[in-house]
Amino acid sequence: MAFYVVQFLTGLASAASLFLVASGLSIIFGVTRIVNFAHGAFYMIGAYIAFTLTDRFAGAFGFWGGIVAAALTVALIGVLVEMVLLRRIYHAPELFQLLATFGLTLMVEDLVVLIWGPDDLLGRRAPGFKGAVDFFGQNIPSYDLFLIVLGPVVLGILWLLFQRTRWGVLVRAATQDRDMVSALGVNQKWLFTSVFAVGVFLAALGGALQIPRDAVHHAMDLRIIVEVFVVVVIGGLGSIVGAFVAAVLVSELNAFGILIFPKISIILVFLVMAAVLIVRPWGLFGRPEAPARKTPGLTVNPWRPLTSNERLAALAALVVAAMLPLLAGNYALTVGSEIAIFVIFAVSLHFLMSVGGLASFGHAAYFGLGAYGVAFLAKMAGLPMIVCLLVGPLLGCLGAAVFGFFAVQLSGVYFAMLTLAFAQIVWSIAFQWVSVTGGDNGILGIWPEKWAASPSHFYWLALGVAAIVTVALRIAVFSPFGYALRATRDSALRSEAIGINAKRIQWTAFVIAGTTAGIGGALFAYLKGSVFPDNLGISLSVDALVMVLLGGVETVSGAVVGAIVYKALNIWLVSQTDLSKLVLGGFIVLIVVVFPKGIVGMLEMLAQRRRNASPPGSALLAKPIESAE
Amino acid sequence: MKLTVEGLNSHYGPAHILFDIGFEVGEGEVVALLGRNGAGKSTTFRSIVGLVAQRSGRIMFEGKDVTARPTHEIVRGGLGYVPEERRIFTDLTVEENLAVGRQPKRANAPYWTREKLFALFPNLSEMRNRPGGRMSGGEQQMLTIARTLMGNPTLVLLDEPSEGLSPKIVEQMVDAILTMKKEGVSIVVSEQNLHFARLISDRAYIIERGRICFGGTMAELDARPDIRDAHLSL
Repeated sequence: MAFYVVQFLTGLASAASLFLVASGLSIIFGVTRIVNFAHGAFYMIGAYIAFTLTDRFAGAFGFWGGIVAAALTVALIGVLVEMVLLRRIYHAPELFQLLATFGLTLMVEDLVVLIWGPDDLLGRRAPGFKGAVDFFGQNIPSYDLFLIVLGPVVLGILWLLFQRTRWGVLVRAATQDRDMVSALGVNQKWLFTSVFAVGVFLAALGGALQIPRDAVHHAMDLRIIVEVFVVVVIGGLGSIVGAFVAAVLVSELNAFGILIFPKISIILVFLVMAAVLIVRPWGLFGRPEAPARKTPGLTVNPWRPLTSNERLAALAALVVAAMLPLLAGNYALTVGSEIAIFVIFAVSLHFLMSVGGLASFGHAAYFGLGAYGVAFLAKMAGLPMIVCLLVGPLLGCLGAAVFGFFAVQLSGVYFAMLTLAFAQIVWSIAFQWVSVTGGDNGILGIWPEKWAASPSHFYWLALGVAAIVTVALRIAVFSPFGYALRATRDSALRSEAIGINAKRIQWTAFVIAGTTAGIGGALFAYLKGSVFPDNLGISLSVDALVMVLLGGVETVSGAVVGAIVYKALNIWLVSQTDLSKLVLGGFIVLIVVVFPKGIVGMLEMLAQRRRNASPPGSALLAKPIESAE
Repeated sequence: MKLTVEGLNSHYGPAHILFDIGFEVGEGEVVALLGRNGAGKSTTFRSIVGLVAQRSGRIMFEGKDVTARPTHEIVRGGLGYVPEERRIFTDLTVEENLAVGRQPKRANAPYWTREKLFALFPNLSEMRNRPGGRMSGGEQQMLTIARTLMGNPTLVLLDEPSEGLSPKIVEQMVDAILTMKKEGVSIVVSEQNLHFARLISDRAYIIERGRICFGGTMAELDARPDIRDAHLSL
């Protein structure tokens, strides 16, 4: 019995930090409507700076002062970020805000390694809380007891702040109606900045308080942000009480999940989250969101099918691409195959995101599932390659069918957070369930059969599949199903009013996109000869998002162009620098701020301008790019 | 002049809504902006306080050009705005709603305290701690006016204050507006209800399809039944 009580108390102690970070995220979202992906990064910087400060300054004052000073320093960094970056993108679609803050996260990951090195850092124990308390023969660290008390205390302080101060009243008012608040003479800018500072302070404090419990390392940002997303989805985005209750719930599920499913404890959290979403899609303490704001795709000029000239040009481009083996060596062909595979991956996400208006932040899950599907079939069942390629993607299809069912119940940022959490769960299973998936070691030795083994043959295979997939999805865009999907994207309410079952259409789109991604994954497994948990990791999901964005989220052909440019750039970049995350993160931020329409979008805009300025026929600029389809 | 609007053009995305709107409000005057649903009354107000991003023209308030100022600065300068949809903060209590509107005392405007406003709108004083979401439409209308008055404005833009209210509440609204006028607040009130407008206004403008098509005193408007019938009656 005592053991279970101790386990329970450990869970409560873990809930404290989780609550601090989640409440910060909730407060920021409530007012600015930005889901701050960089919240995990602020948590991590808080821990690192606290480590340095507490290490340098001795004594109890040095420790506690260092923790608070670290949180304040990070809050200051947050203010800087808000003023320099976020102010420029408050009016951008949600997706861009999520991506920009994700770009920041990537940059921070490289920066902390640059400053503090790649090794885990062990922090000082808290003065006054070094020992343990004996509880019927079980030890509880006294620092855990401190954290258990701290959680409710912070909740109380926040409650007072929001109920009893003018600032709190203004923040609550702005959470409901920002424009009205400024129409009453309140300077929104500073309100936003101060809210952001408070939210970041909470995140950094959460991180700083972890140093006596856990090692500080450069991957702690993603771990916490996924848990925080789960917490706010369960508790309801924007609710502080919800953040507290859900943080306790998730921490307890983790604490006891270890006892029940030691290998895949995260399943338990997932089941609870799914149950909550079915009953209350907006979370336990949240409230139904007003219809989502502008989704990507709304400002599109009406899409049109390719003209016959453009079709010929696309065919010509494909023929040119197919002649690559005549000119290039094996390395170039392998790179070419990889690019073709990523074209498949990018067009699948584009279909979901631009056509369906559903920005998935965990699309790699289905890519990776396709790859694992092939690996299982090839290694365990020993099936021939053709069968594996045809059947393997069905694992991606299955995953998309299950997760998609829950995900499409939500929209906007909730959808993005949920898909990210699902992907992370799949990743955890692949990582932890060593007996089946091989864990971190992956599954090796998945080589193509003879007929596809040579680089040129494999390249033709990948290129052919990419062409078929692209054409098929393009046909779908202009099919009745595509029209219905675009209708649900532009207005779910209106499309339901004319008899479209919006959820089912979106679910179908999710399954199509997931299966297509699975096809890419299946080819990828054969290209690399192996599968690893990274094949379904967050960074791959973000790669796909960046490809679509880079090409232009509002265009039909953007994904293809984006995938080619991005993948080529990425392969080159990794060979040139160790700081690829820093460069990539900066690149993402740059796209979002200065280049939000992407390559194809920019070219279309230029072409449009020329068409308006001069007689038709001079829009040659757009053609070479469009022909890449 | 208290407020001068010249050549105001506004757009929502590709749609051109207001065309060269121009009108004036004198010190201490009550001016009615009359027009049917969708004529552009609300857009005119929203454009004046800077809530419509795409607009051009010139807005002079107390002799200063405020066209390029952000919304909160325009309002802090003493130009109060009461939106048509009332936009009460439903989670906040009556007193908290008033607190959001609070601005420092102004030399050239009446100073409104909470107690003074509760005297003006006695219904509100009985529900100080009630959340805004649990009030009737008439109570919300009073609260939204009281909230704007907390900013001690010298001029108030009142968007359709009588809309959807019972006759009894409308009477109270007329009294409240006349009290505000007596205190020295200039008022622009948008209305579809000519009868209501006549009770409170000195002058009137008529707006139709985003254009001003008449401007004059109430007496001049009464002398032109053709205009009234063409632009106001249903």
